[in-house]
Amino acid sequence: MADRSLVHVAFYAALIAALGLLPPVAIPFLSGVPITAQTLGVMLAGVMLGPVRGALAVLLFLFIVALGAPLLAGGRGGLGVFFSPSVGFLVGWPVGAFVAGWIMRATGRLNVLTSSAIAAAIGGIVVVYAFGIPGLAYKAGLSLAEAAVGSAVFIPGDLLKVAVTALVAETISRGLPAAFLSRT
Amino acid sequence: MIAMQIPGDTWAHRLPAGLKLVAVAVASILLFQVSSFWTLLPCLAAVISLYASLGRQGLAQLKLLRGLSVLLACLLALHWLSGTLLEGFAIILRLIIMILAANFVSVTTRMDDMMAAVQPLFRPLEWLGISSRKPALGVTLVLRFTPYMLQVFSMLQEAYRARTGSSGSWRLLAPFAIQSLRMSDHVAEALKARGGSDGLTR
Repeated sequence: MADRSLVHVAFYAALIAALGLLPPVAIPFLSGVPITAQTLGVMLAGVMLGPVRGALAVLLFLFIVALGAPLLAGGRGGLGVFFSPSVGFLVGWPVGAFVAGWIMRATGRLNVLTSSAIAAAIGGIVVVYAFGIPGLAYKAGLSLAEAAVGSAVFIPGDLLKVAVTALVAETISRGLPAAFLSRT
Repeated sequence: MIAMQIPGDTWAHRLPAGLKLVAVAVASILLFQVSSFWTLLPCLAAVISLYASLGRQGLAQLKLLRGLSVLLACLLALHWLSGTLLEGFAIILRLIIMILAANFVSVTTRMDDMMAAVQPLFRPLEWLGISSRKPALGVTLVLRFTPYMLQVFSMLQEAYRARTGSSGSWRLLAPFAIQSLRMSDHVAEALKARGGSDGLTR
């Protein structure tokens, strides 16, 4: 892997970390709904970096959390989080970033806004929940339907993050096209 | 800067990181077989006494459970609704024990030691012609980028507050991404100018 790729991967890993450390006030989407901005970083990593580097960025971030940095939203971190009931979502993150990056490439003919919205929605929501819900059901001994109902609270927030991902991707593709690695 | 370790030098700090990692892995496999409430209770007591052995700062770590309490309460409620309350208690107890045990390793091991302990796992990268030190370089870059990015964001936020009076908006995200992406380009060039990561010792 070229050094530039390593720096880009580290950059998006740091972005996921920074989004988790931002005070909730800084993300004034909807007051009262528990939103962690971190999945926004996961969606952006896939959309901006493409499948392989996007997934590597998320893996690098999770690796640092496992090493003992409290970088998950709410200051959580360490090995404990990988035994918590929501671990399925964390497992889904790198796969989600991969799928988002892949869709970004496959829909190369569409404009950036549409293409990144589709990529973020499928990679960042469908794929992540496809891992998160069975994970929750398994770890907590619930049925799949119960786990799905419990997770559904977060979907409105995730839809907002899809919109923000698309807008940011669109802006970057115009403002700094060289940084738009998923399509080069 | 960013760390969750308890400062100090207790018996748990002195154990090798690799040994602690293996212990957690074994504990998770053993605990997986246990589903009886009455076997799990002593396990919980054992884990809590591990924290207690670190003194007051160790016990303060148990506040971790407060953050989890809402989630765990929701899970218990779902079990209660489907009529498996007792089973639910055992499952949640098992979750708490495992989370506390794994967290114990993290609060008593410095990140450098943890990195050194898992470093051999990256050796297969060398078969692909990639230095096995690259993941460590990636970790360092992330730990340096993160505070820088927070600083960029807070500068943008202050400028936005001065212009509009409101504290922030999603609109800041795009300039934030572009400014910090520029920084990462400079870092990539600087790394290259210094011979690149191939110069890393193995």
